[in-house]
Amino acid sequence: MKILVLVRQVPDSTTTIKIRPDAKDIERTGVKMVVNPFDEFAIEQAVLLREKRPDVQSVTALIVGPATAAEALRTALAVGADDGMHLQDDAFTALDELQMAALIAAVVQGGGYDLILLGKQEIDLDSGQLGPALAEALDWPHVGATVKLEFAADGKSFVARRRIEGAEEVVQLALPAVVTADKGLCEMRYPSLPNLMKAKKKPVKVVKAADVPGLAEAVGRVGGTALHTFQPPPARPAGKLIAGEPDQAAKELVRLLREEAKAI
Amino acid sequence: MTNDILVFAEQRNDVVHPAALQLVMPAKALAATTGGKVVACLIGDKLDNAMAAVEKTGVDRIIAVSAPQLGLYSAVRYRTALATAIANVEPRIVLLAATFMGRDLAPRVAVKTQAALATDVVELTISGDGALDVRRPVYNGKAFCHVSFPEDRLAIASVRPNTFSAPAGGSGAARAALAYTPGPGDDRINVQEIARSAGAVKDVTEADIIVSGGRALKSEDNFKILYELAQELDAAVGASRAACDAGYQPHSRQVGLTGKTVTPRLYIACGISGAIQHLAGMRGSKVIVAINTDKEAPIFKLADYGIVADVFKVVPALTAEVQRLKG
Repeated sequence: MKILVLVRQVPDSTTTIKIRPDAKDIERTGVKMVVNPFDEFAIEQAVLLREKRPDVQSVTALIVGPATAAEALRTALAVGADDGMHLQDDAFTALDELQMAALIAAVVQGGGYDLILLGKQEIDLDSGQLGPALAEALDWPHVGATVKLEFAADGKSFVARRRIEGAEEVVQLALPAVVTADKGLCEMRYPSLPNLMKAKKKPVKVVKAADVPGLAEAVGRVGGTALHTFQPPPARPAGKLIAGEPDQAAKELVRLLREEAKAI
Repeated sequence: MTNDILVFAEQRNDVVHPAALQLVMPAKALAATTGGKVVACLIGDKLDNAMAAVEKTGVDRIIAVSAPQLGLYSAVRYRTALATAIANVEPRIVLLAATFMGRDLAPRVAVKTQAALATDVVELTISGDGALDVRRPVYNGKAFCHVSFPEDRLAIASVRPNTFSAPAGGSGAARAALAYTPGPGDDRINVQEIARSAGAVKDVTEADIIVSGGRALKSEDNFKILYELAQELDAAVGASRAACDAGYQPHSRQVGLTGKTVTPRLYIACGISGAIQHLAGMRGSKVIVAINTDKEAPIFKLADYGIVADVFKVVPALTAEVQRLKG
């Protein structure tokens, strides 16, 4: 079994988001970038399978992004991926998510991968399109928002549990497949300093647009959305602090929720 | 391509998801601009009750793709079924609810139908050049942006639940049935069962009101005061990551960045300080109440109503007051 894990680099969740004066993007300078938390679960799941199952030949980590994205790739390698692929080209920056899926499909098609793991969504754009779109572009089945993954003894199929409203769907699939990870699947181990050093020596293949045959046709078939006019969230009116003893305050809160907010 | 707007009316067990009925209002507004009709598409096995519920929203036409294999959601079968409906209606725009199903299905359908897609939108307009333009939250709600669509391509958008209300009083929609013809590979996902979480408690993504607790609750046992209030308000119980990591509540109840994103009518945060990751999951709530002993807690900056006091004193008093008013 060959595993591919997709890694995305996103602003740290504690970052203060500022909008650029031209409103075309957020302010990027000085923003701390980290591995997308949902992709961390996917990385750990890939490495766990590698450690537990003798039939797992390799785990390859793939990232699309500028030179600085190499840092996120290195985290995946330090945690236990065997090698990396860095899709790095100015031509890739203008792609929307469906086109990104088309790009990745074009790159990994024929690569012999059996399982592709990634987070259920990225915490910057929060769209979660990549996993299902990549599966469709490859004509593979997928399981989204997976919280549990159990392989059959022969390593050819698995049972997954995916989270839905107040329940879990239990599904069974044969490989090849795309699996997107939700919170609860596993937590990524901490990449130790020696492992981060060793990760520098692991092979990383840089892929440019010219290396991808049929790229223009593939990305030209889907998507084409463009982000514009970034705005801060609408301001919430200043809140009311309700004073008094707990009993009194509770009564007043219920009154306000009924009469003013009409929320209950 | 027609000027019609196709709405995917998600259902499970012949019950339409409330968020799917909320798609009709924005669909009608778009149809008024494009000069088209609103067509609802249902996919499943038994659909009579679901179709009746959709008809009440006043859609112009209802298309049912029904087959025994569609009884449970499968990403590949539903993709084939919805793509069949799209080929039949040839709409300009397709709307889905940004639910677990909608978010899972929309990207596959978009690739299959060579469309463009935006997720979790809160505002939809037709721009001057006739293309769809939507607004959506990004960076966990810390910013919004617009997404423009290409003019020459089917536009698909999933709409954030509880952004619009569901219209009522409609009737007389034309009905049609479409056959489901399994595509190659449609049987590759074998849906074995839907495992309900223990107990009959509502999920945070389904509830209009959420009572949520943080680490200040100090134990799983103490969460029962939140369950008591939730029962009176017909609410769901949520929890912060800290409370879930401490084992007070299962992670399926976690609200926040790596938990669930919720947009209820009322969110009552009890003993939650309001870490930025928690705010990411609930800042879209319509009315926010914060109860916390620390008056400097960040949650108060977001709250519409705040009480600086001990949750163990305030929450039971709230429960008693709601009970008293109900008589």
